Amino acid sequence: MKKTYKIDVDCANCAAKMEQAAKDTAGVADCVVNYMALKMIVEFEEGADVKVVMQDVLKNCKKVEDDCEIFL
Amino acid sequence: MNKKQKKVLLRIIIAAVLMLIFVITDPQGWLGFVLFLIAYLTIGYDILIKACKGIKNKQPFDENFLMAVATLGAMGLGDYKEAAAVMLFYQIGELFQSIAVGRSRRNISQLMDIRPDYANIENADGELEQVDPDEVAIGSIIVVKPGEKIPIDGTIVEGSTTLDTAALTGESVPRDAKCGDEALSGCINLSGVIKIKTSREFGESTVSKILDLVENASSKKSRSEAFITRFARVYTPAVCAGALALAIIPPIVSLAMGHSSAWDVWLYRALTFLVISCPCALVISIPLTFFAGIGGASNAGVLVKGSNYLEGLSEVRHVVFDKTGTLTRGVFEVSGVYNNTVDEAALLEYAAYAECYSDHPISKSLKAAYGKTIDPERVADVHEISGNGVTALFDGKSVAAGNARLMASLGIEVPPCNEPGTLVHVAVDGAYCGVILISDRLKDGAKDAIAALKQSGIKKTVMLTGDAKRIADATATELGIDEVYSELLPAGKVSKVEELLGGLGGKEKLAFVGDGINDAPVLSRADIGIAMGALGSDAAIEAADIVLMDDDPRKISKAIRISRKALRIVHENICFAIGVKVICLVLVAVGIANMWFGIFADVGVMVIAVLNAIRALNVKNL
Repeated sequence: MKKTYKIDVDCANCAAKMEQAAKDTAGVADCVVNYMALKMIVEFEEGADVKVVMQDVLKNCKKVEDDCEIFL
Repeated sequence: MNKKQKKVLLRIIIAAVLMLIFVITDPQGWLGFVLFLIAYLTIGYDILIKACKGIKNKQPFDENFLMAVATLGAMGLGDYKEAAAVMLFYQIGELFQSIAVGRSRRNISQLMDIRPDYANIENADGELEQVDPDEVAIGSIIVVKPGEKIPIDGTIVEGSTTLDTAALTGESVPRDAKCGDEALSGCINLSGVIKIKTSREFGESTVSKILDLVENASSKKSRSEAFITRFARVYTPAVCAGALALAIIPPIVSLAMGHSSAWDVWLYRALTFLVISCPCALVISIPLTFFAGIGGASNAGVLVKGSNYLEGLSEVRHVVFDKTGTLTRGVFEVSGVYNNTVDEAALLEYAAYAECYSDHPISKSLKAAYGKTIDPERVADVHEISGNGVTALFDGKSVAAGNARLMASLGIEVPPCNEPGTLVHVAVDGAYCGVILISDRLKDGAKDAIAALKQSGIKKTVMLTGDAKRIADATATELGIDEVYSELLPAGKVSKVEELLGGLGGKEKLAFVGDGINDAPVLSRADIGIAMGALGSDAAIEAADIVLMDDDPRKISKAIRISRKALRIVHENICFAIGVKVICLVLVAVGIANMWFGIFADVGVMVIAVLNAIRALNVKNL
């Protein structure tokens, strides 16, 4: 299942770091961060609880880039 | 500028003014240090805070952390002026980048500013009410006033007007629309009030589809983007390792050789390394270029579904066309009358009346060419001979209209006619009267389109068609197409394209251009599938990688030129940014460049790369 979230982040490198952090989160099969459109497209693993996973994604993204925001 | 940017700008101005005063007054000793520290903290306190957070989160290669280390280190060495200046210019660079990106985001959303905000619905009292287009059910009647955008696809049921389709097709000439015509969402109503019966929901309407496609386009990343992301991931740690080595190895070697260690010189050089370690110039300019290129293309009526397709399109060397609907109009028209023994109008009249009960495209084209209303009283005793033609009694005469087989079965001799197209022979009372040629007309600009492709370096153009060889060959010769494969079934087109794909060399790519009808499998099989005239055709929008919104074949070469320009800029930026950074690192390592030089190079590269990237948006003169 794929979901798109609006995000806010200041620099392109930070967006790339967020993408990597989200990819490394358990329950996320794949993730693409589109810096120009400020969107994050997350593909979840089968049976993953979207709400729980997205909380983890947000937490991991905050770790790599404190200034980011994902509008859940 | 948003609030965040204004705040940074204010800090930049304050810090710059402070520093200017301090540099002029030139306070000495501790006073100087404290004053510059104030300027430094004004401009850089957020970087320091972020750096601390980075350490807490175990992210040592965070660019904030690197900037903090470099500047604090420089202060420690007593170069506090430089430390403050580096921080200042770093912030100026970041601000510039954020403004440039924000502006191009806005630019592109303005180009694609076709999102309708409301729909007008007549309420019970007959007054107009603005509602959210999402809430309008299929089959509702909406009212569109002059100057408004059509919010939802539908059919005009009342009124007539002219529509500006520029936002959808890039076509600047307004289109007339009257009662019964289809009205696509996203068009702007120019002259009269119209009522539209909606045929789709808002989410399924053309305008929503297009917006969705364009907004998500840059999510499909190109090879160049993937490369730069990988590069950035190793670049920063590598530069940091280089800095560490520069701080440690030369002094030790120098000590071992019995010279003085010159710790501070090498430490300064190492810190300067860190100033150049931020990969942002690279990382921002590549996606920005693709974003701008895709935005520019959609402004020209070419929708590109991903950065990877824009990249692929620039490598296309072979273009394969479907014939009907792509190079030709896909509508049959009477294009000539030959061997006639009666005059042309009479021949058309006989044929049109004989075929008047049929709905076959051929019959329709005959009726259209005749042009007058058919009076069914004049025709009687119509017999359709399936696959051959028709016989009928018209004004008491027996008329036969059909192919050569029909004539043969009636024992009528047919004079030879080698014109390409479908031939309808007409005989009246057993005597041959002439033949009507019905053919598919070439699109305006099809010939120019092929010539333009050739000019832009396309090696081979191929045409695939299900039509007879005679017709296909004639069309290809007229257009100047290199290879023709005719009498193909839809499955045959797929295998032909696969065969052509096999014959490509190296990085060459093949594009298939079709109208999206019956050729979805071929569109998805080719490297780049281009669907044309796809407005309102969902299947084509789904299957294709690139969608030409109107059906002008000249847009293909324009799309290729847009993609090449974008890719040229991408390569320029990659070479330029990496090149300058490497040169700087070398100059710093040997001691030619100082920290001032480093920060100017870093910010300068980014500014130039961003400005260069934005050029991709300008596609007018391509």
